[in-house]
Amino acid sequence: MSLLLFIEQALNGLQFGVMLFLMAAGLTLVFGVMGLINLAHGSLYMVGAFAAAAVAAATGSFLLALVASFVCAAFAGVLIEFFVIRRLYDRDHLDQVLATFALILIFSEGTRWTFGSFPLFLDKPDWLSGTVMLPFGIEYSLYRLVIILVGLIVAASLFWMIARTRIGIRIRAGENDREMIGALGVNISLLYTFVFALGAALAGLAGALIGAIQSVQVGMGEPVLILAFVVIVIGGIGSIKGALIGAILVGLTDTLGRSLLPALFGLFLEPSSATSLGASLSSMSIYLLMIGVLLFRPKGLFGGV
Amino acid sequence: MRKESLLNAALLVVLLAFPLWAWFVDEPFLITLTTRAIVFAIAGIGLNFALGFGGLVSLGHAAFFGLGGYVVGVLAFHAQTYTPLMEWPFAIGGTKSMPVTWLTAIVLSTVLAFAIGALSLRTTGVYFIMITLAFAQMLFYFTISWSTYGGEDGLSLYVRNGFPGLNTMDPIQFFAICYVILLIVLFIVFSISRSSFGLALGASRQNEERIQAVGQVPFRLYLTAFAISGAITGLAGALFADLNRFVSPTMFSWQTSGEIMVFVILGGVGRVFGPVAGAVLFILLEHTLGGLSEFWHIYLGAVLLGVVLFARGGLYGMIAGREVAHD
Repeated sequence: MSLLLFIEQALNGLQFGVMLFLMAAGLTLVFGVMGLINLAHGSLYMVGAFAAAAVAAATGSFLLALVASFVCAAFAGVLIEFFVIRRLYDRDHLDQVLATFALILIFSEGTRWTFGSFPLFLDKPDWLSGTVMLPFGIEYSLYRLVIILVGLIVAASLFWMIARTRIGIRIRAGENDREMIGALGVNISLLYTFVFALGAALAGLAGALIGAIQSVQVGMGEPVLILAFVVIVIGGIGSIKGALIGAILVGLTDTLGRSLLPALFGLFLEPSSATSLGASLSSMSIYLLMIGVLLFRPKGLFGGV
Repeated sequence: MRKESLLNAALLVVLLAFPLWAWFVDEPFLITLTTRAIVFAIAGIGLNFALGFGGLVSLGHAAFFGLGGYVVGVLAFHAQTYTPLMEWPFAIGGTKSMPVTWLTAIVLSTVLAFAIGALSLRTTGVYFIMITLAFAQMLFYFTISWSTYGGEDGLSLYVRNGFPGLNTMDPIQFFAICYVILLIVLFIVFSISRSSFGLALGASRQNEERIQAVGQVPFRLYLTAFAISGAITGLAGALFADLNRFVSPTMFSWQTSGEIMVFVILGGVGRVFGPVAGAVLFILLEHTLGGLSEFWHIYLGAVLLGVVLFARGGLYGMIAGREVAHD
């Protein structure tokens, strides 16, 4: 494998990781602040993608579509938080898993009902298609590069918000001692709704951005959701920094594994079995990574003690 | 407690009487439907052993369900194609005998559950839920990319596996086999839950420190429970493969794990017969709502949401009270 191809694959891995971070950030915030495990996070990703596809089809504007994905997912987040999720904060994880599993069923079938079973198409706009020349003569897709940048900007603003703003202080305080900040006059239920909606909006945005390179269809959220879970488990649940590092680790492992492992096995196996062994091992690689991390650090890389 | 025993007995009678009636009026589809409920019930009983008795929220029981199915599928594949499963270090061929495949499924599921449990039980809470899910996903992707055994398309069994002395292609005879297995599994689980191991497991779920103080090791209790749980769910997977004469990676998917959990919750967590009621309820919902609309999962979701939010303890909790429901 040539070095250029390797760098391109590494960039793809970074792009995948950055998108996973958008998903994982919401999950880890919601778990860290509210102690809630939310399986329906993948449905919010799907809602974002469908909202973007619908708006893009109606207006033809990709930017409007992105705004719509962000707003619609946030709105869906507020709705389910208000009607369902807030009843689950004091419940055990089993109830949370089941109730959010039920939400997935409702969201998926509801979307199928509204939009049909066929995938929708969301095209990237002309001004974002094509390739750019990076230093050292690397040709790379402009859209994927923009995704990486958008993801990094969102990550930076999230870090800034949590570290520097009043709302971030409240979120961190909520993680430490929710009763105390309630006693200090912070409207906890409003804070919870805000955190949930923020996570939902980020998931929706990720759905729209990815929807433009893959297809927009029912059930698109769950594979990503499970990867996002792997990310936050590796990073340590509740840690934004862990989510970022975990996401990039998972993104790189998955993408590079898929391209490198078959080539690696090809060195000492015949081509056909190298391809199949490489493919099966690389599809398991991130789970092996997670198991490895958990064996040495049962609370993840940046998990609390 | 009395109400619960009555409900248990009623369930067993209905599960026996309904297919007999269907046989009498010649409705083989209804017999198969009941058999499906019974197989789901066994899978649920398996999960309930870890979830209800041990408090281990496993979202990866599809791993055992799928493994059981693939044991049947792979052995039958080799028997059908007359190819050996392996030649070295000793020759093993395929087989289409139900008892042999079941036993293999149970043994392999136990081994897998020991391995997964030994690694997963190092973690607790959400980490445990996620790591069990991850193991099942790993096997899911592995079977998808394993092209020898059909990959994404799965494997078909041309003829249902055989059982000595019975014609398994006859729905009522296959139903009888599954019903007897259900009774045996129920009896075993009931006995274990009353044994000193079962009591220690329940105590450990409620208060780990105390059980440690009297000299038990919670990890060992949990691991044993997880292995038994995996073995039962693996057996259910094998029966499911026999029932459908088809296995596919879907058996490993996380939706399967979720559905097995739904059987347990609809019926009532931590009761021996809970998953039986849950599986019957699930099949009833699937059959009636599925006839109403092709989008019946919406209603299933709504029912499930209602049960979780308002009717904790499931069907058994509603009818028999919550006195033995899990803490």
